[in-house]
Amino acid sequence: MRTEGILLKLLPSFKLAWRNIQTSKLRSFLTMLGIIIGVASVIALVSIGQSSSQSVNASINSLGTNVLSVSVLNSDSSDFTADDVNGLQKVNGVKRVAPVISGRITAKNGTTSSTISVVGTTASYQKIKNIKVANGRFLADIDNELRLKTVVLGSSAASTLFSGENPVGQTVQLNGTSYKVVGVLQSSGSSMGSSGDDTIFVPLRTAEQLTGSNAISSVYVQVQSADQVSFVERQLNYALLSVFHDTDDYSVSNSQDVMDAMSDVQNTMSLLLGSIASISLLVGGIGIMNIMFVSVSERTKEIGIRKAIGAKRKDILVQFLIEAVVLSALGGLIGVGAGFAAIKIYALFASTSVTLSLSVTALSFGFSLIVGVVFGVFPANKASKLNPIQALRYE
Amino acid sequence: MGKTIIEIKDLVKTYKVGGETVTALHRISLHVEEGEFIAIIGPSGSGKSTLMNMIGCLDKPESGEYILEGNDVGKLNDYELATIRNQKIGFIFQNFNLLSKLTAIENVELPLLYQGVAPQEQKQLAQECLEKVGLGDRAQHLPTQLSGGQQQRVAIARSLVCNPPILLADEPTGALDSKTSKEILDVMKKLNGEGHTIILITHDLGVARQAKRIVQIKDGRLYENGGDPVETSAFF
Repeated sequence: MRTEGILLKLLPSFKLAWRNIQTSKLRSFLTMLGIIIGVASVIALVSIGQSSSQSVNASINSLGTNVLSVSVLNSDSSDFTADDVNGLQKVNGVKRVAPVISGRITAKNGTTSSTISVVGTTASYQKIKNIKVANGRFLADIDNELRLKTVVLGSSAASTLFSGENPVGQTVQLNGTSYKVVGVLQSSGSSMGSSGDDTIFVPLRTAEQLTGSNAISSVYVQVQSADQVSFVERQLNYALLSVFHDTDDYSVSNSQDVMDAMSDVQNTMSLLLGSIASISLLVGGIGIMNIMFVSVSERTKEIGIRKAIGAKRKDILVQFLIEAVVLSALGGLIGVGAGFAAIKIYALFASTSVTLSLSVTALSFGFSLIVGVVFGVFPANKASKLNPIQALRYE
Repeated sequence: MGKTIIEIKDLVKTYKVGGETVTALHRISLHVEEGEFIAIIGPSGSGKSTLMNMIGCLDKPESGEYILEGNDVGKLNDYELATIRNQKIGFIFQNFNLLSKLTAIENVELPLLYQGVAPQEQKQLAQECLEKVGLGDRAQHLPTQLSGGQQQRVAIARSLVCNPPILLADEPTGALDSKTSKEILDVMKKLNGEGHTIILITHDLGVARQAKRIVQIKDGRLYENGGDPVETSAFF
C-alpha cells in the first residue's frame, strides 16, 4: 500500500521528466550519449573478451588432453633426432609421442603454387592432437617406415591447391618432387594466431629428406593419465638434459599451463577493457550532471512556483533526481541496444560467435542508474535549496 | 465580526543592500477576519512585495508576530512553512506563473500532488475548480494555448483547489487588458461572496476599490482609514 502510494506520487515526476526529454530531443540525446557509449562499450568489449577467451580455451583443449610439448629452442646446439624421441617413449607414464620436423616448402599443383608450412610427423600425431580427417586418411606408421612420399593436406591448403576438387589420390609437387595426397583434414579453426588448416603433413622420415634436416623442432608427448602429468614433465626434463646439456636449449610445457596463462591474459584484458569503458560511463555521468545544472537554472522560476504552492525540499529533490535517473536509464537502455548491435556486427566481421554476457549487461545498466543518481544528486540538491522568493522573481 | 484569520503585530523586516540596512516593513500590524476582501495598495518600493511574501509564508518575520489561523509563522521551519503555503494560502500571481509544460488541469492538480491526494481525487477536484472559473472545457489545453484571462483563471483554479482559507493575489490584473481585468475581478468577487477571504495587493486604486476594505502601504508602514485610502493624491 505504502510503496504503491509513493509510486503514484512519483508518477507525475516521471511523466514530466519524459516530457522534458521529448521537448528537447537533441539535447537529451547528446546528454545521454556519454552513457550510451559507456554502456555499449562495456557490454561489447567484455562480451567479446569473454567469448574469445572461451574459444581460446576450447582450442587449447582441442590440442589434446594430458599433453606435454617439448620445444627445441636452440636447434644448433644439438642434433635432437628421431632416436632421441624414441628414448622419450620409454619414460614411465608416457602413452605416445609425436616428433615434429617443421619447415616451409613450395607446394605446386599444375600451375597453382604456394609457400606453405610442412610438418613431418608420425601417426601418433593424429591421436595426440585430436585431428579429424575429412577425407581419406591421416599418415600411418607404414608411410614413415617406408619413407613413402605421401602427404595429408590441411583444409585450407587443400582448397588453395586444388580449389574445390577432391585432392585425395592426386599428386602434388613439394619442392619439385611428386607426393601422393592420401587425406584432407577437417578445419580446426585458428588458435592463438596460427592456423593448422594451412599446413600439410608428411611422414617424419620423408620430411627429413624434404627439408634436408633431421633436427626435430618439437615433440608432443601424451601422458597416460592426468595425475601423472607433472611427474612425466619432471622425467622429460631430466631425460632431455642428457641430450641437450643445457636447460636453456629446450622447454617442456603442458597444455594446462598454457591454458592458465592464456585465461590470465584474457581476464586481464577483459578487466582492462571493462575499466576503460567504465571511465566513459563516468564521463557520461558528468555530462548528465552538467546538463542537470543547466536545467536547474533554466527552471528556477518553475522551482519557485512549485515551492510557492507547497512543494517541500524533498519534493523538488526527488523530481530532479528522477529526471537525472530517467535520462541515464534511457541512455543505459539505448546503450544496451547499441552494445548488442556492436556484438552482432563484430561477430559478423570476425565470423565468430559472441554471446551477450547477461551479467555484464545487468551490471553496466545498473551502473548507469547509479551514475544517474550520484551525478543527479548535486543539481537536485541545488534546486531544492533555492529560495522561493528569489526563484519566483527569476525570469 | 467573524473569526480572525490573520493577526500581524509589530512586524519588522529589514534587508541588507550592499552593507546598508533597508527597513522594508516597519512595525506593521494588520488584522484580517474570515470572509474579508481586503486590498493592500501602494507604489513600488513601498514594501508591498515584502508584505505579500510575509503573508504568503514565503518569508519569516524578523521581529514581531504573525499568527495565521493559530500558527505562529515565525516559529515554523521550512517544511512546516511549505505545508502552510500548500494548505492555507492560494497564490494568484501577476504573470499567472503556470508551468508551461503542464496542461491546465495538471497545473491545477499540482498543489494536491504535494498534499499526497490520490490521483483520481486530484483529477476530480481540479476539474471542479476549473468549472468554477468557467474553464471546464479547457482542461487539456497547455497554457500557451490559452489567452491571458484564461491563464489567470487557471491560476485562480489552482489557488482554490486545496480549499485554502486565504487567497493571496499579487497584481492579478497587472498583465491583463481592462475588459479581462474586470472579468478576473468579478471572479474574485464571486469567490469572496462564496466565503473565501481575499487579500489583493495592487498599485492600482481602481482595482483596489473593488475590495471591501483598503489598506495603504507607504515606506514600510500601513495606513488604514475607514474604507478610503488617506493621502491618495500623495502617491498618484
